Amino acid sequence: MLVAMIESEGLSKRLGGRIVVDDVSFRCEPGTVTGFLGPNGAGKTTTLRMLCGLLAPDAGVATVLGVRYRELPNPGRRVGILLDAAAQHGGRRGREALAVSAQTMSVDERRVDELLGLVGLDRSAARRRVRQYSLGMRQRLGLAHALLGDPEVLILDEPANGLDPEGMRWMRELLRDFADRGGTVLLSSHLLYEVEAIADWLVIIGGGRIVAQGGRSELLSGSGTLVHASDEQALIAALAAAGLPATATTDGGFIVDAEPERVGRAALAGDVALSRLGPSESAGLEQLSFDLTSGVAAGPDLVEAIR
Amino acid sequence: MSTATIVSPRAVRAAGARPGLARLTAVELRKMTDTRAGFWLLVATVALTALVVVVAGFALDEQDRTLRRILSIAVQPATIVLPIVGILLVSSEWSQRTALLTFTLVPDRTRVLIAKLLASVVLALVALQICLAAAALGTAVAAPGTADDWSLSAGLVGQVALYVVLPMIIGVGFGAMLLSSAPAIVLYFVLPTAWSALGSLEPLEAPARWLDQARTMEPMLEHAMSGTEWARLGTTLALWMLVPLLVGLWRVTRSDVRGRARQPDRWRGASRSGSIPPWGRQAQRHDSDPSRSSTCARRSSRSSICATAP
Repeated sequence: MLVAMIESEGLSKRLGGRIVVDDVSFRCEPGTVTGFLGPNGAGKTTTLRMLCGLLAPDAGVATVLGVRYRELPNPGRRVGILLDAAAQHGGRRGREALAVSAQTMSVDERRVDELLGLVGLDRSAARRRVRQYSLGMRQRLGLAHALLGDPEVLILDEPANGLDPEGMRWMRELLRDFADRGGTVLLSSHLLYEVEAIADWLVIIGGGRIVAQGGRSELLSGSGTLVHASDEQALIAALAAAGLPATATTDGGFIVDAEPERVGRAALAGDVALSRLGPSESAGLEQLSFDLTSGVAAGPDLVEAIR
Repeated sequence: MSTATIVSPRAVRAAGARPGLARLTAVELRKMTDTRAGFWLLVATVALTALVVVVAGFALDEQDRTLRRILSIAVQPATIVLPIVGILLVSSEWSQRTALLTFTLVPDRTRVLIAKLLASVVLALVALQICLAAAALGTAVAAPGTADDWSLSAGLVGQVALYVVLPMIIGVGFGAMLLSSAPAIVLYFVLPTAWSALGSLEPLEAPARWLDQARTMEPMLEHAMSGTEWARLGTTLALWMLVPLLVGLWRVTRSDVRGRARQPDRWRGASRSGSIPPWGRQAQRHDSDPSRSSTCARRSSRSSICATAP
């Protein structure tokens, strides 16, 4: 097993009397992109803030590069962070916003111009005040800010927010390249499609708890069975009669946590004609993601659905 | 796996030293001047200083046109405007939420606050130089040419320097204590004024002599202060400077930087409208670009993201 560049060990946090993060453990290894997936309010941001030393956990330990973030002497040179692209002074010019941080972490100011070019903010955009930036431009500025110190680790909260499809593709390539050169990326998102194309490892959180985590291929292939029938009621009845828990998918099918053969026999016993029967592929993960983002609490059956 | 095998202590050291206090102070000085508000406040200070010196040159009686007298007038704009710069230096980190960046780059928040205080002192001393230059110029032009014109003891210059520096530090204290620009600026001006008004009433006359900034700071510009006057100034500063700074230090080191939940003045509308996340509101508030304000609507049609904003 590779070393952990980012490690969350049993992190828990209570805010305003509500448990926001509950026993969250995961690790990110060098050369990988980890997608931190879950709906808004699931505890992603709170977890990331604990990793970045902005919030003290009630329980558990968060380490980056093997130490607590606050113990890094000049953290900007080792960890690039984008927690909120809107967190910039509106009255400051884009280039100046980067230059201030460059000065703080002793980075040559020439690197500011390099990065502005890299993220596609041209001279006129760099001269404008951040107040006039679109959300997409702020995200680009935020990414430039994260990369400014030439870090080994990137921690990005919803970096794809506000980016157009072309911008998202660009960001994917950038992060893929960063990881391929040995960097470690942890990025959060509430949308599966934003991370599935880039993440090697997925950590899925709902209601403050981790509901699933694993390699992308592992999670996306799943072991459940996807089944469709024109007579849905009969199918539900047949599956229930056989004692097989089923979860409805968005397109009218069902995911069953059982081998296709058992599902087929259940259908045969219930005298239901199947229109489709096979391994669930990514359907389980998509379903989980969909249910999480719809605000439906992820019960144990959902967790089962993607295992 | 133990942390020792993941990153050796040597690697941590090699990754770059902790930014020094001089560097952080320079950064904070830069932050005071590179925003639109900060820049214009400083321009206004210089312009007002020039203006009051010109007015003093004309309006003062001839025998009053001395360096000491003109300097005591020249420093007034700086002592009124610079504290606002000091307040904004701290409070804007929260209202603009740049504290997220500042504190991820420098996790030791006490050091950041110390750097802000040092930067404030430096800026106030620069302002003092400008006031001295303006007052000297005014004296050269307007003074009647008697021997007293240029008399100004080193002690008095020191008192005038404190007169300019102290309000700036009080401003930083108010900014840190309230962590919100508008309330900090309003209270910074209203509380001492209200207290001065109350202090003129008979029963409060005695404490006012010790705690009213306007009264205890006034002798600083007039003459070398007596021991009692220093004691009164010290008492005033304990109340108006030390208390805000200590409360501010406590709040700065403890406060959640997120700023959404704890900044009702900024995000109050979010719960009312319910469907727009903070960044969406911000995009709309400052928006001149129509493609941006539609961000949230576009997203909300895809799923319930907007409705589940924290």
